[in-house]
Amino acid sequence: MLRLPPFALHQPTTVAEAIAHLAAHAPDVRVISGGTDLLPNIKLAQTRIQHLVSVKFLEELHGVTRTATHLRIGAATALQDLADDEDVRETLPALAFAASRIGSPQIRKMGTLGGNISLDTRCRYINQTELWREALGGCLKSHGTECHVVPGGQGCVASLSADTVPPLIAYGAIAEMVSDKGIRRAPVQDLFQQDGTWHVRIAREELLLAVEIPLPEPTTRVVYRKWAVRQSIDFPLVSVAVRLDGADGVLTGGSIVVSALGPRPRVLPLNAMAGRKIDEELAQALGQLVYDRARPLPNIPYDAEYRRERMVIEVRRAVRVLAGLPERPLAQQA
Amino acid sequence: MPDTASPSPVAVAPVLITLQLNGEPTSVAVPPHWTLLELLRYGLGLTGTKQGCDKGDCGTCTVRIDGEPQLACLTLALEVRDRHVETVEGLGVGGEPHPLQEAFARVGAAQCGFCTPGMLMSASAYVDNLTLQDDPVVRREDIAAALAGNLCRCTGYTKILQAVEEVAQVVLDRQREIEESTAEEP
Repeated sequence: MLRLPPFALHQPTTVAEAIAHLAAHAPDVRVISGGTDLLPNIKLAQTRIQHLVSVKFLEELHGVTRTATHLRIGAATALQDLADDEDVRETLPALAFAASRIGSPQIRKMGTLGGNISLDTRCRYINQTELWREALGGCLKSHGTECHVVPGGQGCVASLSADTVPPLIAYGAIAEMVSDKGIRRAPVQDLFQQDGTWHVRIAREELLLAVEIPLPEPTTRVVYRKWAVRQSIDFPLVSVAVRLDGADGVLTGGSIVVSALGPRPRVLPLNAMAGRKIDEELAQALGQLVYDRARPLPNIPYDAEYRRERMVIEVRRAVRVLAGLPERPLAQQA
Repeated sequence: MPDTASPSPVAVAPVLITLQLNGEPTSVAVPPHWTLLELLRYGLGLTGTKQGCDKGDCGTCTVRIDGEPQLACLTLALEVRDRHVETVEGLGVGGEPHPLQEAFARVGAAQCGFCTPGMLMSASAYVDNLTLQDDPVVRREDIAAALAGNLCRCTGYTKILQAVEEVAQVVLDRQREIEESTAEEP
């Protein structure tokens, strides 16, 4: 039985009230939205705080709105609502798909986009009880000085495990934060740092309000692929978003965003490949590109070398989907 | 930024909230760090909702909040202020078991029974949302998707899917009968 330690819960009804609470208690404070990641982390004493500020009653953080140039998704929009939203499914299908593959039905009804972006890093040495971690002598993220993933490592390499982050980066999403200092906007890609103890650089004083995604050109298409052992509940063990820009089967640009590596996603621009045909040869080439440039670590379950090979397979399949080819050509021949 | 919380305790006086619990208005004082699961089991004595992994993996603590299956172990009690909470205790009406409970017993969908309350709450939401207009056919994969957040270590799921399928079929058949009987009227 895992119990929560005592803390104060603030339930503001206005954003102004919320940022006043955050400013008053930072850094000993967290924003709680669905709580599906934060509460287990508090129960396991991975996160220690005395104040929570709930966004449940902040109306303006909920829902999807469309402007002439952007889709704006409130940070407290539930993941299932995001997955079901007609506008998101039509305009940003890879994001809707990623949201639909998070956790379980219950977790998608509770968990939110802002919470998924803020999801803490995961590692087989940190997502354990405090007793387990103490028996190991701690690690860089938990009252210790030794990394058990990278022997001798000086920085925490726990894994970014948020399914929505790769498609958000591929679509060029902008995050909007507010604090008592005012509004700050930053590309979602720039929020992430190579430090597993604090990988999302949203300050404790800041409240994530919304994410704005530019409406993609018809020539831009994104596919997100997640590999996990079970079809439900699991975090990704391999996570890739492939964005290909181009008309008439010829590539003009794009990117591959690989996650479930370390604390920061690997973003590989494809500008140097412009002019190539979008075909099986490109699928093979991009598979090789991620094999050479992105390396899974033994930080989350399943053999890292297997996950590296699997990453290549998922990238190839994403490119085949975008090229209009069968996803698994070998299975078709059999 | 590693956590460096000060050890000084915060004031955690219980807060009085009201909610609709299985259709009854309920007022209860609860500390801010209590989950809905703790409130149900230890504050109100409703032990039908089970405590399993306590971290959102297993689904046995599933209750319905405003009709939607959610996890009581990861819901702070104060956050259900003014909302409708349904637990397995509220599933039957007037001392009679819910059709899902009857079907679970009839086909043998419960073995150790620890997952059953959560399964029933997810299944009841699925059954309540069935409409002929949305989809006139009962499919096992839809039932499996609706129950994908509830783990069972005994049954292998087959009997659970069968029990829910039988009830879903009855629900749609009844809707079809009503539709046909109203269509026949001059």
